[in-house]
Amino acid sequence: MASTPARIDQSRIRNFSIIAHIDHGKSTLSDRILELTGAVDARLMRAQYLDSMDIERERGITIKAQNVRVNFRDHILHLIDTPGHVDFGYEVSRSLAACEGAVLLVDASQGIQAQTLANCYQALENNLEIIAVLNKIDLPAADPERCAAEIEQVLGLAAEDVLHISAKTGEGVPELLQAIIDRFPAPTGDPDAPLQALIFDSAYDQYRGVVSSLRIVTGTLDSTAKLRFLQARQDHEIEEVGIRTPDMVPVKSLGPGEVGYLIAGIKDVRAARSGETVTTAIHPAESPLDGYLDPKPMVFCGIYPIDGDDLPVLRDSLDKLKLNDASVTFEPESSHALGFGFRCGFLGLLHMEIVRERLEREFNLAVIATAPSVSYRAYLTDGSLLSVDNPTELPDPSRLDRIDEPMLKITILSPAEFTGTIMELCQARRAELQRMDYLSPTRVEMAYTIPMAEVVLDFFDALKSRTKGYASLDYEQTGYVTSNLVRVDILINGESVDAFSTIVHRSQAEFYGRRMAERLKELIPRQMFDVPIQAAIGGRVISRETVKAKRKDVLAKCYGGDITRKRKLLEKQKEGKKKMKSIGRVEVPQEAFVAALRLED
Amino acid sequence: MAPREYGIYIHIPFCRQRCDYCAFVTSTEHDDLIDRYVDACVAQLLRERRESDGIPATVFFGGGTPSRLSGDQVRRIVDACGAEATSEVTLECNPEDLTALTVHEFAAAGINRLSIGVQSTQPNVLKSLGRRSPENVLEGIEQALHASDLRSWNLDLIYGAAGESDADFAATVESVLAMAVRPPHLSAYGLSVEPGTPIARDPLRHPNEDHQADRYEWLDSRLVRAGYRFEEISSWSLPGHECRHNNLYWSGGDYLAIGTAAHGHRDGRRYWNTASIERYITAIETGASPVAGEETLTSDERWFESATLALRTARGVPWEWLDHAGLRALESRGPFVVHRGGRAVLTVQGRLFANRVAQFLRPFVRDGSCSL
Ligand SMILES: Nc1nc2c(ncn2[C@@H]2O[C@H](COP(=O)(O)OP(=O)(O)OP(=O)(O)O)[C@@H](O)[C@H]2O)c(=O)[nH]1
Ligand code: SF4
Ligand SMILES: [Mg+2]
Repeated sequence: MASTPARIDQSRIRNFSIIAHIDHGKSTLSDRILELTGAVDARLMRAQYLDSMDIERERGITIKAQNVRVNFRDHILHLIDTPGHVDFGYEVSRSLAACEGAVLLVDASQGIQAQTLANCYQALENNLEIIAVLNKIDLPAADPERCAAEIEQVLGLAAEDVLHISAKTGEGVPELLQAIIDRFPAPTGDPDAPLQALIFDSAYDQYRGVVSSLRIVTGTLDSTAKLRFLQARQDHEIEEVGIRTPDMVPVKSLGPGEVGYLIAGIKDVRAARSGETVTTAIHPAESPLDGYLDPKPMVFCGIYPIDGDDLPVLRDSLDKLKLNDASVTFEPESSHALGFGFRCGFLGLLHMEIVRERLEREFNLAVIATAPSVSYRAYLTDGSLLSVDNPTELPDPSRLDRIDEPMLKITILSPAEFTGTIMELCQARRAELQRMDYLSPTRVEMAYTIPMAEVVLDFFDALKSRTKGYASLDYEQTGYVTSNLVRVDILINGESVDAFSTIVHRSQAEFYGRRMAERLKELIPRQMFDVPIQAAIGGRVISRETVKAKRKDVLAKCYGGDITRKRKLLEKQKEGKKKMKSIGRVEVPQEAFVAALRLED
Repeated sequence: MAPREYGIYIHIPFCRQRCDYCAFVTSTEHDDLIDRYVDACVAQLLRERRESDGIPATVFFGGGTPSRLSGDQVRRIVDACGAEATSEVTLECNPEDLTALTVHEFAAAGINRLSIGVQSTQPNVLKSLGRRSPENVLEGIEQALHASDLRSWNLDLIYGAAGESDADFAATVESVLAMAVRPPHLSAYGLSVEPGTPIARDPLRHPNEDHQADRYEWLDSRLVRAGYRFEEISSWSLPGHECRHNNLYWSGGDYLAIGTAAHGHRDGRRYWNTASIERYITAIETGASPVAGEETLTSDERWFESATLALRTARGVPWEWLDHAGLRALESRGPFVVHRGGRAVLTVQGRLFANRVAQFLRPFVRDGSCSL
């Protein structure tokens, strides 16, 4: 039964996000808050309670922001646990738009990291009140005094206002909640004005359709009202309005400042995107709220169903995924090697990996992803401009005037001792130093511009391994520059395999070509004849390997106990032939392509 | 109507030490069960052999290491088989068990054919295989067999172990061919990596496909030059010394499965016994069935199975059963089959690619009689 007090006193509401660098303890702090406020029964408690997706639990990271309402000392607190990884910065910005305050968590054993800065700046841009909190003070390596000084110096937040907690032991958490009540402003908004509610997140539930998280800005959302979605220009009947405690509890209405969920029987995933403004059909608000800018994808790759029959399922799944992850883009494309699929855009490599994994798990699809690429601008000799995010679309060199590639501005935070190593790495990746500042005597901030393609390759891993994990990285996109780029094609027995074509800087063409040819040589099963594998730029071969002709199949004995096994093997081989892709005369199991592409990660 | 010819396979799952490539069902830790195991085999035979079955054409003791049984134990089983002098009764043995005395005892127990697992005469090869073997193994065999009047015997070889050179393999084969009495039957297997074995976990010991193919080609021509005839992909024999038991397998014949993990076949039904020694013994002792699994082949499956088995042998299959145009497109080192008396018989190249050739058996000839 729906139940809620007639009208909630706004002055007793606090809305805030928990933001931090990855792994600094946001979800663990959320656990303590759920526990302390009695929102989750102690028996049901588990670590990172709000990380509900399998992938999140396995990888120990938050991917989706989660909101929950708790009660503390006569106040209603809406907290949003956000992800820390740079790829999911978009989740953070949407969450911040639904709040008045941000709890900025800093691991007291690590100090300020790149996303600490980036997320703090975002909160400031949104005019949020910030409470800086040092976490993990239970760790022997924690150095709260030094970190607090750093926070004051770098972020301009007074060291004396910085709270000290351990999200693990719960120490300091009640004080933090009290500070939230004392220091964050209550929401404002006229409950009797026309309704304006901001959808800041939507997810598709296979039983209930679209479930949206929304924040009431002005007016009151009554569960009997008929709703109008201003941007989508659609009206919907409400099925259910409620709050997450974190269980979903239906309520009769939500007033200004309240955060809750809405189910309106919406099946079309595009009709309730985040950033949408919801109002009533009878007294509609005049204008929508500021929505969100759709984030620009940085990394592109082709995603193909391993079984071609799954194409419609893949399309449907991408549609649904897009609903709770608006940052994914996709459009149909086709490949000779892989059949029909979609060219998809992502915010980063982790994002790409996660989307692929979610497609496999949540939608039970077997998919293959091609090598990641960025979006190039090709200027043709006829004066036209072509945007190329699939290397095979790059026109022949003779028609090309020049190619521009996208650049990133990256900020690296690192202990000062690694400065030299980082500079070396950046130089090798065509990066240019813009600025270098000492945040403290031991911590340095370096700003570079770097081709996005270099970062997409494996920059992050290289940085981590060369700095023993101590350096952190943040980036933003910053324009295009002309560059000496070429497309390397991979030919199997003389036929180009589109899935492996890639655009690289000329200086790296040979390396890529050789590596790919060597890899395919290992992965392509020997055929009944010699198979040359070549890497080529235009018509010029830059590398060549040969898969030698096969000499035999099985020479084992075949006695009584082997007969059944043998027959099954032969039957399977017959079946297996159907799963082979033919590149000319060469039969390649799909897995070989998959493996070659996977190794690319 | 005369009863169909049939064989009996008896599995003896006991070894002294396990070889690194071995995936057979065998144990090094159950010697205390040997007596009860023999009893169980005898009991199973008495229970399952029907009077109407008549005398078995063949009996085969496989393993494991059947030569670990005493002459007396072997005799009890042979007797329970109802084997007669007309039956081919083979016992697999490891060289270290062979002495003039044991050979005499086995012969007295009714064994008239031995199959001896030599694998290689080269110490480095045996080491790479993870197999122990006595020194001067061939001399030992010569001495053990010297006074016997076995009807026939076989020697097993393995080629393609990682440490083996062409010269190593040639040395093994030449020394075998130089024996005072040459083995009337030879089996040679390309080492295969079986999941779960120590070799499987050790990629450095995995065989090289090209070396195996080279050795197979060389071996076949060497044996043919020495007067042996190709019988099946991994078997060669002097005239009159084909293994009747194996030929039952390859011609879709019937055979009883006795002992743990033994496989049996009767008229399109294939079945296999439990792979656990204890469970096998308990089943027999309590009157329960030792069968752990079975399948009854559809007529399509039966056709395909018998065709693929026949294809591997010197008999081959009827010429028109193969899609010759399809095959020819794949031949790069000479033809896969030759035409012999209306039948297609694999060449050496064809044998190297027997699985591939089997994919060219034409399904449409399945109808009607599938007599091979
Ligand atoms: N010792 C100690 N460990 C903590 C504390 N808080 C969190 N951790 C550990 O730090 C790791 C990361 O914690 P999470 O809560 O998942 O971090 P997060 O900020 O939510 O991470 P992302 O969502 O991936 O950005 C986990 O292993 C936690 O157990 C603390 O106060 N003390
Ligand atoms: S002797 Fe034969 S059965 Fe025994 S372990 Fe060695 S290969 Fe296996
Ligand atoms: Mg988290």
